[in-house]
Amino acid sequence: MYAVRLFEEATIALFHAGDLPAMVHLSIGQEAAAVGACMATTSDDYMTGNHRSHGHPIAKGARLDRLMAELLGKATGVCGGKGGSMHLADFSVGSLGESGIVGSAIPVATGAGFAAQVRGSDQVALCFFGDGAANEGVFHESANLAGTWKLPVVYFCENNGLAVSAKISDTAAVPDIAIRAAGYAMPGVVVDGQDVLGCYRATSAAAARARRGDGPSLIEAKTYRFHEHAYGLAVPVPYRDQTVVDSWFDTVDPITSFAGRLLAWRLADEADINAVRAGVEQVVEQAVQFAKDSPYPEPEAAYTDLYAAPEEVDA
Amino acid sequence: MTATKPRQSATRAAQLGFLQAINQAQTEEMERDERVVLMGQDLRANVFGAADGVLAKFGAARVRDLPLSEAGSIGLAAGAAMAGLRPVVDLTVASFVFVAMDQFVSQLAKVRYMFGGQARVPVVVRAALYYQGGTAGHHADRPYPMFMNVPGLKVVVPSNAADLKGLLESAIRDDNAVLCFEDANLWGRKGRSPKPADDVEHLVPLGVAATPRTGTDVTVGGIGQGVYLAIQAAAELEKDGVSCEVIDPRTLVPMDWPTIEESVRRTGRCVAVDPANRTCSAASEISAHVVETCFDALRGPVVRVTTDDVHVPFSPALEKQIYPSKDKVTAAVRRTLA
Repeated sequence: MYAVRLFEEATIALFHAGDLPAMVHLSIGQEAAAVGACMATTSDDYMTGNHRSHGHPIAKGARLDRLMAELLGKATGVCGGKGGSMHLADFSVGSLGESGIVGSAIPVATGAGFAAQVRGSDQVALCFFGDGAANEGVFHESANLAGTWKLPVVYFCENNGLAVSAKISDTAAVPDIAIRAAGYAMPGVVVDGQDVLGCYRATSAAAARARRGDGPSLIEAKTYRFHEHAYGLAVPVPYRDQTVVDSWFDTVDPITSFAGRLLAWRLADEADINAVRAGVEQVVEQAVQFAKDSPYPEPEAAYTDLYAAPEEVDA
Repeated sequence: MTATKPRQSATRAAQLGFLQAINQAQTEEMERDERVVLMGQDLRANVFGAADGVLAKFGAARVRDLPLSEAGSIGLAAGAAMAGLRPVVDLTVASFVFVAMDQFVSQLAKVRYMFGGQARVPVVVRAALYYQGGTAGHHADRPYPMFMNVPGLKVVVPSNAADLKGLLESAIRDDNAVLCFEDANLWGRKGRSPKPADDVEHLVPLGVAATPRTGTDVTVGGIGQGVYLAIQAAAELEKDGVSCEVIDPRTLVPMDWPTIEESVRRTGRCVAVDPANRTCSAASEISAHVVETCFDALRGPVVRVTTDDVHVPFSPALEKQIYPSKDKVTAAVRRTLA
């Protein structure tokens, strides 16, 4: 969680320094959901995400330096500089990519689960999407397909209550996305999205169910984003009360609350926590340096990767 | 009529039909590679006639009836391909591609590029072009040019059953997304062709044109049923001493430009026959390319024979006139000679 937080705070600094070629959609405040869910899977399991994109591959185990290089459009980036912030992917850890078109990766995760089922592997596909995406048609289509075919997919809704500026109460007929699960014959649970252990437990149960062949689940993590939809985006008309934002930050910051619990349970002391923080700070610092030091791709690279050459097939 | 169809002189038993070609290609590839899975609407009941026996042969794990969820289905196929399968999706009617357009463009076409080459998306999507039969506005589109405009996809439009079989097998073996548009006007007699030998692998490579008729005066490129019309027109024009070379690109992306250029440089004239709507059609792309690359060799205007830029009307009194026809092709050839 701290790696996600520091990684994104580093992008803010890069943004102000003019090093970032584009806006980023920060997940600061939502780290517990991404991390709790991904910790319940292995690098053999599949994962797709969305435009609020950095936390998912970090939590899935992707290298921070190559992710940061991608954000700067460098050749060493996970996508060779062709994807950028909204399209991070690292197939080596099962990250099949983030998606910039809201909801469009939901069927992709469903297909990855389908492949696991056909191949008879015990892999699951973890599918991140937001409350806004839950109103897209492909959410319904995918959940219906997965429920019908009992696909090993964990649909994980990071419900931060806002689609850019639109409140969920103005855009969805039900307050809880999870109750839609009933229409797809899958369990639907609501968890506290600021509680990393709660997200982990719910996802572990859903993944175990999927591996048993019992089909998909829908988990809805109630969370909150502390920053704007996109960092640097100026919204002319206020759509949320800053005091509410502040109160979330003060009371339900997933990182400080988790650290507090570790201390309360005597599982760690201040020194342990500081050591973890220092380690993460170093890794993020190195990631930023690696990204800055990396070369841009050669212009010719714009014309590669469009089509695949024939695959070597085992006889 | 026989003069116009020299390739169809064999007896019916020695011929291959469009639906048989699809069935054979799918069955052979599913036998060859267990990663190939078949998905489509009303597939297991074989409503469209191309899926005879596949369920019994390959089982329910690899043969799936899809719900009415075109977008979900195309995205599912993309994800399944990224996770190691080789899905073939029967989308039935080509007009239904619009329901899934985001998944075609945002996922199927782009993931490999966006992710810096990490993704492989060996997906084949089949769809039939159901025009010219009173299906009216919602079933009769010929949308392949829209996909020619999307980098990352391959687009195939076969004009006879043997090519369909061979192209489909190549498409299934290809590691990229291939869209196969099947001209339903060729399902019957028109699309039949000599049956490839059973004991020999029949592969038609993607991106290689065929020349079903050689000639010296005009190059007539045809797409789908356009090839059939071009051959008919060529036979008629022959009576007047006009020698037409008919070229069937078979694959629109990647297009076999060398074959087209070589022919046009030899004949000095070009007509492109395309059942798609005129604006930004495959014929438009061929015309523009020929003008750019062969301008010095041209001895007349490059002429497009396409469907007029209207939606497909229902009444037979309205519909027939909007499409390319043998007479329109003949007139177009004469225009290049004028």
